[in-house]
Amino acid sequence: MAKVLMKGNEALAEAAIQAGCRHYFGYPITPQNEVTAYMAKRMPEVGGVFLQAESEVSAINMVYGAGGAGARVLITSSSPGISLMQEGISYIAGAEVPCVIANIMRGGPGLGGIQPSQSDYFQATKGGGHGDYKLIVLAPSTIQEMAELVQQAFHIADKYRNPVMILGDGMLGQMMEPVDFDILKKEENKIEEKPWATTGKGTRNKRNIINSLELDPQILEKHNIEIFKKYQKAAKEEVRYEMTNCEEAEIILVAYGTIARVAKNAIEIAKRENIKVGLIRPISLWPFPEEPFKKTKDHVKAYLTIEMSMGQMIEDVKIAVNGQKEVYFYGRVGGMVPEPMAILEEIKKIRGKK
Amino acid sequence: MTVVFQKTKGLTDTPFHYCPGCTHGIVHRLVAETMEELGVLDKAIGVAPVGCAVFAYEYFNCDMQEAAHGRAPAVATGIKRVHPDKIVFTYQGDGDLAAIGTAETVHAAARGENITVIFINNAIYGMTGGQMAPTSLIGQETLTTPYGRKPETNGYPIKMCEMLSTLEGAAYIERVSVYDVKHVLNAKKAIKNAFKAQINKKGFSMIEVLSSCPTNWGMSPNEALKWIKDKMEQYYPLGVYKNTLEEEK
Ligand SMILES: Cc1ncc(C[n+]2csc(CCOP(=O)(O)OP(=O)(O)O)c2C)c(N)n1
Ligand code: SF4
Repeated sequence: MAKVLMKGNEALAEAAIQAGCRHYFGYPITPQNEVTAYMAKRMPEVGGVFLQAESEVSAINMVYGAGGAGARVLITSSSPGISLMQEGISYIAGAEVPCVIANIMRGGPGLGGIQPSQSDYFQATKGGGHGDYKLIVLAPSTIQEMAELVQQAFHIADKYRNPVMILGDGMLGQMMEPVDFDILKKEENKIEEKPWATTGKGTRNKRNIINSLELDPQILEKHNIEIFKKYQKAAKEEVRYEMTNCEEAEIILVAYGTIARVAKNAIEIAKRENIKVGLIRPISLWPFPEEPFKKTKDHVKAYLTIEMSMGQMIEDVKIAVNGQKEVYFYGRVGGMVPEPMAILEEIKKIRGKK
Repeated sequence: MTVVFQKTKGLTDTPFHYCPGCTHGIVHRLVAETMEELGVLDKAIGVAPVGCAVFAYEYFNCDMQEAAHGRAPAVATGIKRVHPDKIVFTYQGDGDLAAIGTAETVHAAARGENITVIFINNAIYGMTGGQMAPTSLIGQETLTTPYGRKPETNGYPIKMCEMLSTLEGAAYIERVSVYDVKHVLNAKKAIKNAFKAQINKKGFSMIEVLSSCPTNWGMSPNEALKWIKDKMEQYYPLGVYKNTLEEEK
């Protein structure tokens, strides 16, 4: 298959199907509606299941059932819908059921708007639902990368028996780019046996139970510690990031997702003005990549975090920088997208300091 | 020596935690016996609720998933869509099924989801200590209706069987009770029909069991059984509300 021109939302759906996902549960919400429509059409063609649930609450619980029963299962939504799913996500993480959840973010809080936003960063990376748990959160910045990360997400979800979130935004979901599905890692699409799944006891001697309840505090503490060991392993093995022009940069931009592309434009414009600017683009938002900050903190003057939020990822950047350099912030919200020239202005302001 | 009575293979050896006189235990046994008799234990996947039956996954001798409060029909839907040839059932209380999980229940029925729901109606929230349920009777005193349930402020009790039987997707809907031997035997028959409906891929089946909660009703076990018969049964008439098994005869 040659490159095909696709919307981000469609590439997300197709990549999931090619990764062996045969169960999709969803509920319409803009700007991710192309996923539901695509799945409704494609799933019957591949012998899969598409089901439009009565709500996001139901949809995520269907995912819990299907994932617990051993299926590779996908759910997608956008910010208000993801909020409704938080109960289910907490249960899924507690019961150690793998699944892939995509949040194609839009502006909030509340009903907000339908334009792109990155204001669910805290919710995605810091919990969202109740209890101590982590999602592995991956943030693509091109549609090709969207397809690749979706496939890796299924693999990672199975490996850790944990939900993995694809954090995109309305811009990435809606825009069109060529995607090459041939270069995707096929070995990751191999689905391994899931001997723990509820498939009916059959000839097994032991019953399989999928559960997150533990009334004995000693046992519950042990469970919390066990799943955190898993997260520690993921924190080592699942870190993903990209560094652009960082070697000689005096200022380094930090941005993820679509807005990292705008940051790259700003870097090009700065270059013409002989200002050396680099970019650290976290691809895994949890685990958050700390290495690129260690590698650059000696030669860089400051970091500038750019987000489509009031400043959420900047907290993780500050933790990574650990007070050794200044960390500045520039962001737009409500569906507004930062422009390269505005970013350049911020860079100049920082250069002018001290 | 001839064996006169044997514990069903459908239950594990874990002792029940239910209060003395609570009929949750009887219904567990009926469901377990039914699955054993129908030979479906090895392909059964159950979904436990939040409520007094929260530990149902410890008792039923089959694969089980524990659901969030009210979400069992959605979880069961997910399981059934992965394993359409397995037998999937939920076991839920009235708070679970008719309050927080009303949407999940109604829509699973409307979709004709081929699952079996065992609905324990004890007109109260047992596990949380006796608050009003959507099924609490008018005048019934609970922790949150200390002056009795009043329609003006608390609305009317929900009749789930009547409501769900209007839906095309519902295949078998029956309300039973377990306050005496005759009714226990009838409840067993109903549960069997519900599972048969699923085995025959008829669609959604639900058995509502008028059940006792002597602890939170503040009654002796005997008084509680009498209260089901005298009070609950008046508002919640027993009987078959929908049966598509018969339609084909
Ligand atoms: C989201 C959520 N809300 C509230 C509760 C607390 N809660 C636990 S059991 C229960 C009521 C259960 O009543 P019912 O379903 O009638 O079952 P019973 O205990 O009477 O058998 C409630 C409100 C919970 N566990 N989760
Ligand atoms: S509280 Fe009520 S419903 Fe719960 S076990 Fe005791 S008697 Fe049964």
